[in-house]
Amino acid sequence: MSKLQSLQIYNCEVSELSKIPVIPISDFRDWIIKAAQSGCRISALFGKPLDKNRVRLFAVLANDEAGTLFLSSADVEESYPSLTAECPQAHWFEREIAEQWAITPVGHPWLKPIRFHSSCRKGQDAFGRKPEDKIIPGITNFFQLTGEEIHEVAVGPVHAGIIEPGHFRFQCNGEDVFNLEISLGYQHRGIEVALIGGPNKRTIHYMETAAGDTTIGHAAAYCQIFEALCDCNVSARAQSLRAIALELERLANHTGDLGALAGDVGYLPTASFCGRIRGDFLNMTALICGNRFGRGLICPGGTGFDLEEKHLTELKGRLAKAAKDITVAVNLLWSTPSVVARFEETGTLTQKTCADLGLVGVIARACGIDRDCRFNFPSGIYQFAQVPVSTWHTGDVFARAYVRWLEIQKSLAFINNQMETLPQRHAAVPLDTLSPEKIVVSLVEGWRGEICHVALTGSDGRFSHYKIVDPSFHNWMGLSMALRDQQISDFPLCNKSFNLSYCGHDL
Amino acid sequence: MNLISITNSVLAVLLAPLMFGIINRTKAIFAGRTGQPLLQTYYDISKLFKKGAVYSSTTTWVFLAGPLVGFAAVIAATVFIPFGGLPALFAFKGDFVVLAYFLGLARFMTVLSALDTGSSFEGMGASREVTFSALAEPAFLIGLAAVAKYTGHISLSPMLTGIDSVSWGHAAPALALISLAFFVVLLSENCRIPVDDPNTHLELTMIHEVMVLDHSGPDFAFILYGATLKLWLLGSILIGIIVPVHSGILLLDIVSSLLGMLALAVVIGIIESIMARLRLLHVPQLLLGATALSILALVLVSR
Repeated sequence: MSKLQSLQIYNCEVSELSKIPVIPISDFRDWIIKAAQSGCRISALFGKPLDKNRVRLFAVLANDEAGTLFLSSADVEESYPSLTAECPQAHWFEREIAEQWAITPVGHPWLKPIRFHSSCRKGQDAFGRKPEDKIIPGITNFFQLTGEEIHEVAVGPVHAGIIEPGHFRFQCNGEDVFNLEISLGYQHRGIEVALIGGPNKRTIHYMETAAGDTTIGHAAAYCQIFEALCDCNVSARAQSLRAIALELERLANHTGDLGALAGDVGYLPTASFCGRIRGDFLNMTALICGNRFGRGLICPGGTGFDLEEKHLTELKGRLAKAAKDITVAVNLLWSTPSVVARFEETGTLTQKTCADLGLVGVIARACGIDRDCRFNFPSGIYQFAQVPVSTWHTGDVFARAYVRWLEIQKSLAFINNQMETLPQRHAAVPLDTLSPEKIVVSLVEGWRGEICHVALTGSDGRFSHYKIVDPSFHNWMGLSMALRDQQISDFPLCNKSFNLSYCGHDL
Repeated sequence: MNLISITNSVLAVLLAPLMFGIINRTKAIFAGRTGQPLLQTYYDISKLFKKGAVYSSTTTWVFLAGPLVGFAAVIAATVFIPFGGLPALFAFKGDFVVLAYFLGLARFMTVLSALDTGSSFEGMGASREVTFSALAEPAFLIGLAAVAKYTGHISLSPMLTGIDSVSWGHAAPALALISLAFFVVLLSENCRIPVDDPNTHLELTMIHEVMVLDHSGPDFAFILYGATLKLWLLGSILIGIIVPVHSGILLLDIVSSLLGMLALAVVIGIIESIMARLRLLHVPQLLLGATALSILALVLVSR
């Protein structure tokens, strides 16, 4: 990778905005395609308006093996040749750019809106919609098959369970699914736009609610950005507490997912027990900060709450008890043949598809790919205390469930370890103003996978642009691919094994 | 016609919803929960009868007729079932075929009213229901044929009263095979695990439940009541074979059959607690297996 084409940085490293090369769009394209072919993946690809007519595209490529990030940029006006055909992981990003900035990626194979809002460049639209047209999520053309035996099934946006809204369109031949198209955007709140001009009092709350079940993950990613831009060092105790909170969040969600997977195949014991144990883990977070989802726990400069000695002892006791319960409940899954038979070879993703689509988190690890920000791009306490990467090779529902179980065990061990060696002296560090004209990339391994936040500051030391990439943004396409040639009756099970966020995607 | 046999129908109508309560209580105990009241199904049915119904403008009279005809057919079927030593209210040669087709009529109307809604979910459910019931039917009828062959009767009442503890002494293998086949049929026909999951909220995986999604109020009450009766009917036949107490003392016979039904509900609850449901593709294998058991039983009794 030539030095001229890109700037190499590390996770949470601040760099001058002016140091990012601005290269011609054709070079930019070639750079991304070549890097993707040689094993890098797109962590973020987004546009930022320069002036009325021009938009600057920024790409953050991640090299997992080396633990390095590469930044580059290119200016475009109304259109540019699309990357997607040669680099499938750009698919969703290019649709996002088209929707947000009315830039047409020419030759994009499936150019449609992803969130159904009007472009941020007034009066312009990549899809030819008029400014007065009302934009309604889900009202668009869907991929269709025709034929006597083909039938179409539309599911959502209103679902039978208590879940978020999303629309799924299946093209089926009897019980077999040819294609599943996923249409989201119902939860779009405009978080990224609201963050511009920050940070302010509201910023942390936007982060905590970007995806409610990943409160800790997104808040931690944001705080890392804030602290990097202020050049402040967070106390070791706060770093450790943040990691404990992040792992508790992982424990709660993985436990909930395993229970829900058991529920989806009608296996009662694990479903019931995991539902309760998930609550136990959530209550442990509440023990630390008073909120089950960890709202208010992580704040720029440290943590909003310290872990008092008596709470520490209490937490240790509760964790040991929950660890015992979860082991019994989850091992029931692996020892029940009817459950394993249901999980195995359902919704299989090949490692190649997974790599091509640039999937992250549990899904990637369940395809045998070593991809974990805690290991590849460690920040905070993870630089000193490593969590081994858990992978499984089969790429099916079983693998996604089993990786979750492996991670539950690793997280339990990690938290125990952190509680034993919890550094003393809690001090919230006073925060300065943000340094101007900078860019920072912050990666955090949330329970779903890589959370990527990119912040650019303007000359006034305020956010001139803020990009959030939730792991779901990468992974929704993976669900669609996993459903090919599957039974439509297996969709709920596959969907649950991905358990992606709707609001994290829609922002 | 023996008028005291009306007891069979009365017991069915009164106690059928209790079976669901026992199944649910068993599952709750396995899951470490308190569970819903034993009488919850009765409460649900009475609640539904008090409600109004909502009808989609795309539906026709077929949708209205579905639950009513379905319920009527199942109620009518109760008069052909002997229970606890009492012969059925109506017994004649070949009555078991009538019973099978009363149940078939109920299903036919449910499927029609599902298709009448034009919903893709209900269409899928209907397609699954008819596929699986077409496979369950041979298992059921061949099993009954084996019983008929063994007892030398072709009417349900003498067929079931013809089996007693002595029969289990010398034809145990055949009777065990028939019981197993009937049990699989019972699970499949009553949308229990491992074939269907009566508790799921996931439309795409449902078989029976998805067909009745559009029904509400009294219509849904008929469907729910009908479902409990169907479980009772198939259960009574199975218990008639497994618990063949014919002491001549009416009360003893009935109580032992009732205990049998109780045990059956507990067993169903246990099965639902300890295993996952099958992949939809594997359900036909299970039903074909049940058919094979019935055929084997028929071969054994025909030797």
